[in-house]
Amino acid sequence: MRLDVVLRVGVKLIIPFMLVFGLYVQLHGDYGPGGGFQAGVIVAGAIITYALIFGIEEAQRVAPRKLVEFLVPLGVLIYAGTGVIGLLSGQNFLDYSVLAAHAPAGRERGILLVEAGVLVTVASTMIALFYAFSERGR
Amino acid sequence: MNAVTAQLPALQVVIPLLGAIIAAFLRRGTLAWAWAALITALTPVIAFAQLHQVWTNDTISYRMGGWPPPIGIEYRVDLLNAFVLLLVSLVSTIMMPYARRSVAHEIDGDKQAWFYCMYLLGLAGLLGITITGDAFNAFVFLEISSLSTYVMIAMGRDRRALVASYQYLIIGTIGATLYVIGVGLLYLVTGSLNFADIGTRLAEASAAYPRPVLAGLAFLFVGISLKLALFPLHVWLPNAYAYAPSFATAFLAATATKVAIYLLLRIVFSVYGVAIDLNTLPVSTVLYPLSIAAMFIASILAVYETNLKRMLAYSSVAQIGYITLGIALMNQAGLTGSVVHLFNHALIKGALFLALGAIVYRAGTIKLDDLGGIGRTMPLTFAAFVFAGMSLMGVPGTAGFISKYYLIVGALDAGLWPIAFLIVASSLIALVYIGRAVEVAYFRPIASAPANAKDPPLMMLVPILVLTFASIYFGIDTELSAGVASRVAETLLGGLK
Repeated sequence: MRLDVVLRVGVKLIIPFMLVFGLYVQLHGDYGPGGGFQAGVIVAGAIITYALIFGIEEAQRVAPRKLVEFLVPLGVLIYAGTGVIGLLSGQNFLDYSVLAAHAPAGRERGILLVEAGVLVTVASTMIALFYAFSERGR
Repeated sequence: MNAVTAQLPALQVVIPLLGAIIAAFLRRGTLAWAWAALITALTPVIAFAQLHQVWTNDTISYRMGGWPPPIGIEYRVDLLNAFVLLLVSLVSTIMMPYARRSVAHEIDGDKQAWFYCMYLLGLAGLLGITITGDAFNAFVFLEISSLSTYVMIAMGRDRRALVASYQYLIIGTIGATLYVIGVGLLYLVTGSLNFADIGTRLAEASAAYPRPVLAGLAFLFVGISLKLALFPLHVWLPNAYAYAPSFATAFLAATATKVAIYLLLRIVFSVYGVAIDLNTLPVSTVLYPLSIAAMFIASILAVYETNLKRMLAYSSVAQIGYITLGIALMNQAGLTGSVVHLFNHALIKGALFLALGAIVYRAGTIKLDDLGGIGRTMPLTFAAFVFAGMSLMGVPGTAGFISKYYLIVGALDAGLWPIAFLIVASSLIALVYIGRAVEVAYFRPIASAPANAKDPPLMMLVPILVLTFASIYFGIDTELSAGVASRVAETLLGGLK
């Protein structure tokens, strides 16, 4: 499909919007449907779309395999690490109220961080799955 | 120090969970092993501190995220789960030195760190199921431990490991789905997810909505039974145990099914039992025939099995039958036998599967017919196999005898002497399949595979011997096993309506 001009140009146009929409879903999760999981899938969708049109090698220049495999546990580390901050400041595990001066503000910040971790892990896991399947038999 | 003590319930799960993530970053196998061993070694320390606390004082309640129960997730440690936590973490710690060479032998270098990551995740999941007081949180940990188990099984050298893992994945997912449907039904009628809180609200709910309450029990029961491999829901187990890497088999056999049994005990006694008279619920009616079928049919299947790992896997199904039989008896001695066999069987099967792993490591096969004379070329390993096997049969003076003694007393207390007879009769079948292995190992000429085999290196040998020694020792000193178990049975039965 590398030679098809319409697809190549179309995908180049659509990918920035996919990424921005991913971020919108991520941050809008506080007020409506959305959150890290959905956003992670959308962000991974952008990379996978790119790989479908430009080929797996091109996609791996953008998101190298090593980086993706590094990001999978990193997201979980962000999530668990946020919980550990509560532990280290003398509160219970996953208690986010210590993250800001006011407890509700701290909890909001905690959820923001946790959802960022979810985004990282979900996006990178989706991409890693796609790589694993598309590299079979090579 | 007090601040740390207060956080023990969280640390019990958080340490292996964080450890798993870090292990994924450590790309080198040996490094990941050392890390996993260190993390694992911390868990029994925490578990022991908690057991000490609940033994001397009272139940520990921990508010996850600072939210009070029943709104927030509560981690609740009583004698029963403190005991299971100690069992799981201690057996894993004893096994860890063994892992390095066995895993290096059976898994490719670049995948070893992932294996240890999955192992630690599985450990975190199992400890999480045990420690949580929240039904839905238990489901999440059930999924964490199951998913990591599927990966561990699929890492086996044999290509059939993939099919075995897939089979377990399908069955395990069905089990987890049924469990969560059961939790959903309970949530509908009680409005709570906290085990203790459901228990207090269930009596009223059951009067208003008897059918959903009964259906909830059925879903929970079948879902958990799939996980604990209650006969005839055991079909995933022999293949999964046979083709998984040796260390994973030993780890799963010693811990995973035991934790599922714990969950069954929790649901039956701490949720349903405190609200509804258990004699009006069909728990025993279902458990009696299935347990006895497991004891006989699975044992007979083990006799005809030529692959030693599958033989022990069938034996595990049979032994689970003894444990569920004790639950069905629902009296002091029977339940003590159940809990103590949970403990003893973990030690025994851990020792047996580790010994088989050592045979795979040295001789490269576990087909019974190819192992002629293995007892003479690997004397210490096979001696451990024989002693642990004797404990499995329930020879007096071994740990297995203590479990069966309590079960038989329980059956007699319930006035069911035929069941006492069946316990003894089915134990004799264990004599046949262990005896068959002994015959091949000692009395046949040395075959080609074991000819150059010798006992494994000390790092592998010591865990085998320690577990074997423990499976004999707890037949003589029953303070920790039967002592705690009988108090557990007392509290479980004492709370019943």
